Amino acid sequence: MDHIVYLDYAATTPVDERVLDAMMPFLRERYGNANSLYALGRDAYKAMEDARERVAASIGASHPSEVIFTSGGTESDNTALIGLATGGGRSSGHIIVSAFEHHAVLEPAEWLGKHGFDVTELGPRPDGLIHAEDLKAAMREDTVLVSVMHGNNEIGTIQPIRELADVAHAGGAVFHTDAAQTLGKVNFNVDELGVDAASFSSHKIYGPKGFGALYLRKGTRMAPYMMGGGQESRRRSGTQNTAGAAGFARALEIMDAERPAETPRLTALRDRLVEGVLDRLELTSLNAAETEARLPHIANFIIKGVEGEAMLLHLDAKGIAISTGSACSSGSLKPSHVLLAIGCPQEFAHGSLRVSLGRYTTEEDIDFFVESLVPVVERLRSMSPLYAKIKAAHEAG
Amino acid sequence: MQLYSDKVMDHFSNPRNVGVIEDADGTGEVGNPICGDVMKITIKVDDDKIDDIMFQTLGCGAAIATSSIVTEMARGMSLEDAVSITKKQVAEELGGLPPAKMHCSVLATDGLKAAVDDYLVKQGREPIAGPILSSDPDFDPHEDEESDAEACDL
Repeated sequence: MDHIVYLDYAATTPVDERVLDAMMPFLRERYGNANSLYALGRDAYKAMEDARERVAASIGASHPSEVIFTSGGTESDNTALIGLATGGGRSSGHIIVSAFEHHAVLEPAEWLGKHGFDVTELGPRPDGLIHAEDLKAAMREDTVLVSVMHGNNEIGTIQPIRELADVAHAGGAVFHTDAAQTLGKVNFNVDELGVDAASFSSHKIYGPKGFGALYLRKGTRMAPYMMGGGQESRRRSGTQNTAGAAGFARALEIMDAERPAETPRLTALRDRLVEGVLDRLELTSLNAAETEARLPHIANFIIKGVEGEAMLLHLDAKGIAISTGSACSSGSLKPSHVLLAIGCPQEFAHGSLRVSLGRYTTEEDIDFFVESLVPVVERLRSMSPLYAKIKAAHEAG
Repeated sequence: MQLYSDKVMDHFSNPRNVGVIEDADGTGEVGNPICGDVMKITIKVDDDKIDDIMFQTLGCGAAIATSSIVTEMARGMSLEDAVSITKKQVAEELGGLPPAKMHCSVLATDGLKAAVDDYLVKQGREPIAGPILSSDPDFDPHEDEESDAEACDL
């Protein structure tokens, strides 16, 4: 494939060479099963426990055993929701999830709603944040679990997790956060945030796909979700992915080491992007623009009078990879549930564009994107039967 | 992710007959911005045949491609033949559409039907196109899709 300007790092990232180097031995000569007693198995076990210690140290876990390795963010989220709700044999109770969670949280919550639990989907405000006082109002006597994501994957707002966890705990509920988008990108410490459980994904931080972790605070009751051979102290059965663990731990170390330089670099690139897009395109806005607590690498735009998939395809033809929240890209009729949750009108949510930056993004990439986007939008607007009306309505105030 | 055929991509990238006929004999505007798809077709009619046809579409790749191809199919057709173009024919002409995008071809045939009926009504004649599916509030564009997900009920 020709050169690609990849601006979809929130969807996935390439595996860093240094991560691959850390993984390769476990795909080749050090292939043992970590549960086997002979030398090859013990070697794999040691490597896995070493990876666990490094992950635990990064997130400030009090003991490595609080880190459970999984197959990725989705499994971690599913395990947390179903495992924490049903922990200790519980079969009823109240659960609160935010309305703009990833579907890996929303779907198991819906499943729990059909299997004895009451579920509240708590809406964010238009600033893209879940407010502690709103959570307080949603809490009930029987609330057992609250799950609110750390950084939103579409609009990039960072939730006030500490305050939310405090509200949950005051009401006697455990608190889970989906940190797939924030781990490694902002400081993540389980004690500072006060969470009981947190989900992580390896492929969002230049690690391999198909690997992740679940932090589970010691003493928190959780029913296993994957059952079988009793690996991961019976909390997650299945032969462990040694190469994945080694890669994930290395990926996280690199994120932590490079963050002091990378965060300002990405922030500057993102600001250049936002300025460029808003300067060059009329009737365009940044979602949740007023919120300061945001990830450095995600910008989500509403470009009025165009449809997202059409933009995506034209940009793809120019070698640019981005995401949209339009319905047509999701295979459903509704546009992004995240944008609808923050009050974006449906007709404009179809014209959303998420641009997410990463380790290999350059200033040239940003400029090329902006230069490419402008004619695409102008062309699509000129083809739209509605754009003249939208513009007239806007000018009329 | 379901892929578009080369012909869909061709009509999306280089759409035919884009624009508005200023002194159109008939105009059809269908779809709904809430759903993300709006299409407008204008036609010139000569001797009950479509003499000229142009479109404007706000929508996804499939919506633009189906709009484009339906203008090519309908040009030169009798009004009767034009309103009997089916969504299946539109999709076939494009070398197929992903199942989730089949409803886009309804928009294209509906736009054409609405334009023909608009012309006939303006002439004081009876409309011939029948119901405009996509303007029906109960219309479910996904109703006849085959989906593997149906067997999976949470």
